[in-house]
Amino acid sequence: METYYNPADLGKFGDMGKDAPELWNAFMQWYGKVFAEGELTAREKSLIALAVAHAVQCPYCIDAYTKDCLEKGSNTGQMTEAIHVAAAIRGGASMVHGVQMRNAAEKLSF
Amino acid sequence: MPATITPFDDALKSCGLYPLRADGIATLQMNLGKKCNQACNHCHVEAGPNRTEMMGEAVMDRCIALLESERIPVLDITGGAPELHPCYRAFVERARATGATVMTRCNLTILREPGMDDLPAFWKAHNVAIVVSLPYFRREETDAVRGKGVFEKSVEALKRLNEIGYGVEGSGLSLNLVYNPAGAFLPAPQEAIEGQFRAELKKNHGISFNHLFALTNMPIARFKDHLIRKNTHEGYLQRLAGAFNPGAAENVMCRSMISVGWDGFLFDCDFNQMLNLRVNHGAPFHINDWNRHALAGRQIVTGPHCYGCTAGQGSSCGGKTS
Repeated sequence: METYYNPADLGKFGDMGKDAPELWNAFMQWYGKVFAEGELTAREKSLIALAVAHAVQCPYCIDAYTKDCLEKGSNTGQMTEAIHVAAAIRGGASMVHGVQMRNAAEKLSF
Repeated sequence: MPATITPFDDALKSCGLYPLRADGIATLQMNLGKKCNQACNHCHVEAGPNRTEMMGEAVMDRCIALLESERIPVLDITGGAPELHPCYRAFVERARATGATVMTRCNLTILREPGMDDLPAFWKAHNVAIVVSLPYFRREETDAVRGKGVFEKSVEALKRLNEIGYGVEGSGLSLNLVYNPAGAFLPAPQEAIEGQFRAELKKNHGISFNHLFALTNMPIARFKDHLIRKNTHEGYLQRLAGAFNPGAAENVMCRSMISVGWDGFLFDCDFNQMLNLRVNHGAPFHINDWNRHALAGRQIVTGPHCYGCTAGQGSSCGGKTS
């Protein structure tokens, strides 16, 4: 069955450099530096990336950073907790917008 | 073999390492047999309780003679569970008497088997270096690789080894851990994962150790069967080949060791041994025909599985190679 998301497409990521190589090279250089060891370890950054991948619901990123987290030495317990963080922020973001609802309702009500 | 993977020798050619040659023999690795009290999912030896292959005394005698005459500095004993060989202890004593450093690979749970209680004291008495398998610092991953209940038994064994001084700073008794991934992915960077193991094992169990070796799971034998069952074989091979590291290839363990099978045949490594790829390219392939000159500079027998030792940080019986 044809779908918009094909696992093999992840391997074609580099094709994005075909018509804008300078931008692509700059992006990749920056991307590499972002994930290098720094104030945070490479393992911690990979866990953040996994959580964000779930927040933005990118199947390519989930695939890539699940593997990357395991290859950085994380375990499924740590990875699951990271996803709970993403889910909590998404849920919390919905919930806190309830204040907007209450403000609007108050304006319209007696 | 998927068409998308470059032949290993072509990868070597791309970095000027073909033909790959040995550069001396610093380690004699002996596989005493395939019998083991465990049957782990990743085991490249396909060892288990029902295996009967066991090294004969004539081969063991020949190895002792070579340690003496060739002054090979390190003896690395493996299996199976080598401790199950009936001549194991006598052999270790004779090997130590040659002056060689002796390291023995241990699955930890063997210490719970009948007649093995005093093994730690025996090792200590002969200053044998211990290299033990522990796939991860958590029960879930360890038991998934090695079987239910193995983590608990391993922790108990590590505590016993610590109690008599193994892995304790200043004791001079070497206790190194071997970590391998619990699945079809590369091992974590060795220094980083060693730090995690050290912190978690100390915090949760009070265990200490000297060093941790990170090993890549080799896509052969039992692990290959697992990959095929999970439909991840091709992806794993691509991962290994895609991570080919010339720096790791330059320092692969086969360049400085030779592996002796239970029946006396010679191999470039324990993995080639399990694939029955004997030493070749004109060098003698049985210990009875030993020729130091021919073996020390022999051309290594390679195959697609060799990507397992050259991916990323590299992998060897002593951990990373780059």
